[in-house]
Amino acid sequence: MKYDLVVIGGGPAGMAAALKAKEEGVEKIVILERDVRLGGILNQCIHTGFGLHYFKEELSGPEYAQRFAKQVAETDIDVMLDTMVIDIDDDNNVTAMNNRDGLIKIEATAIILAMGCRERPRGALFMAGTRPSGVMTAGTAQKYVNMDGYMPGKKIVILGSGDIGLIMARRMTLEGAEVKMVCEIMPYSGGLTRNIVQCLNDFNIPLYLSTTVIATHGRERLEGVTIAKVDERLNPIPGTEEYVECDTLMLSVGLIPENELTKDAGISIDRITRGAVVDELRATEKKGVFACGNVLQVHDLVDFVTLESYLAGKGAAKYIKNPAAFDDAVYVKTTTGNGVGYIVPQRVNIKTDEDVKLYFRVRQVYKNARVILEVDGETVSNKKKIKLAPGEMEDVTIPKEIIEKMTDKSEISVRVEA
Amino acid sequence: MTKQMYCVACPLGCFITVEYDDTGILNVTGNTCKRGIDYARTEMTNPTRSLTSTIRVIGGKRAVIPCKSHEPLPKNMMFDCMKEINKARVKAPAKIGDVLIPDILGTGIDIVATDNCD
Ligand SMILES: Cc1cc2nc3c(=O)[nH]c(=O)nc-3n(C[C@H](O)[C@H](O)[C@H](O)COP(=O)(O)OP(=O)(O)OC[C@H]3O[C@@H](n4cnc5c(N)ncnc54)[C@H](O)[C@@H]3O)c2cc1C
Ligand code: SF4
Repeated sequence: MKYDLVVIGGGPAGMAAALKAKEEGVEKIVILERDVRLGGILNQCIHTGFGLHYFKEELSGPEYAQRFAKQVAETDIDVMLDTMVIDIDDDNNVTAMNNRDGLIKIEATAIILAMGCRERPRGALFMAGTRPSGVMTAGTAQKYVNMDGYMPGKKIVILGSGDIGLIMARRMTLEGAEVKMVCEIMPYSGGLTRNIVQCLNDFNIPLYLSTTVIATHGRERLEGVTIAKVDERLNPIPGTEEYVECDTLMLSVGLIPENELTKDAGISIDRITRGAVVDELRATEKKGVFACGNVLQVHDLVDFVTLESYLAGKGAAKYIKNPAAFDDAVYVKTTTGNGVGYIVPQRVNIKTDEDVKLYFRVRQVYKNARVILEVDGETVSNKKKIKLAPGEMEDVTIPKEIIEKMTDKSEISVRVEA
Repeated sequence: MTKQMYCVACPLGCFITVEYDDTGILNVTGNTCKRGIDYARTEMTNPTRSLTSTIRVIGGKRAVIPCKSHEPLPKNMMFDCMKEINKARVKAPAKIGDVLIPDILGTGIDIVATDNCD
């Protein structure tokens, strides 16, 4: 099989990227999705709040996903469901497998990585005690309740204040469970403020900051957990332990981009984002391979996933039309200054003829701080922000007039001034 | 008198301060856009929230179908509405936008399907 563009993953990122590439004139496109339907993680996110920016409507996850699935169905983009990609080789040949066809080899001119992310499992945490049932990630619980229609427990403790955990706190409460508390090891919440308000405060569910679960109890089924306060270095403080009775512990302790394929293909990964290193069109360092959505950086808002994926779709279309254009790219790195954890894209091709938006996250909470973008030591923008938090992605734009004047020796940096 | 709150109308989550007296709201500050003022007004008088849940499906390919209140419901009616939602059953097939429970508890607001189900 031969395709101009192979899109790996049929979540919002993959669908938007494929649609954009189609619009830009790419002929043969296929989306490979390991699940039985398009939509990705959104199919289980039944709460509303998706598409506020993009559709100016408050949609639920499935509604947002199905809008794109419908658009895909109206084009001649091929979709292969139940199909798992297992390898990308040096020449951009993609190997996938499914029950119908067994092993499938596809020659691709360009590839878009849109595999999304998965939740950090319990193994990634230090927790003493038994291994009873009743300990699960918040996303797994979300699937049980929203897709399979059954309740995983009655008395619940949630560890981690990521958005999925907050959303599940509300969902379980509405379904009649008792959500005892949300414990967050950091001194600030990892979720969006609106989710703290709507999901916890509305139901009087306490959020304990600088607190973690240090042990689980129970043999077959979870019977309780021990929580404790932590110090600045996140070590439990002796004497602050407290036993909490519960039958379910939900973990919402972060998401990890699903980049096994990417790593196997020899593509460089950013240590902080855990996604590929990309340029402004989301081109990775491997020729013809692009990445977008949660596989590139964990997003809080699907609207930004969609926008990012349009960039990747456009980039792939550009590559398919003229791969040589990418040979004379001149790259300048984006540098994280004070207070900035990471920036996507990690590098900018200064031959671009468009403004470039840099997305970033800060390392800690700031109030009334300034975000400063500098190019070659000169301030390009200096914006006041009432609040900055690691849980919320920020952006700054480099205007094309500034990029035009840059050379391969130029420096781009973003920093926060408290 | 003043009351402070976070606007939840969009993910920005502005921290809003409302000045009010017996006659009503005098001033709203901290909002980034106009919707923040509307939010503050309903929050002071009749707080509302969107409700999402699932309804059991009979004879379909899936156990439950997701649904939402077509418009925000009064906050103090959430749990009563949940009881209605848990009692309801839907015959497959159903599609996005289908009214699953019309005019829930006389609020004038419908509960509609938010996914397709064969
Ligand atoms: C639980 C949860 C709650 C969220 N809540 C909100 C919210 O309230 N508002 C909001 O705007 N955003 C929210 N988000 C964020 C938003 O949903 C995600 O950012 C968005 O879904 C990411 O899209 P994606 O396409 O990158 O990834 P995904 O939706 O995860 O899609 C990736 C797809 O790739 C497929 N795949 C992976 N590996 C392979 C492979 N090897 N071969 C074939 N297919 C593969 C997967 O099956 C999946 O379908 C939430 C996210 C989560 C996880
Ligand atoms: S005031 Fe406007 S910008 Fe601020 S949270 Fe409310 S809707 Fe969003």
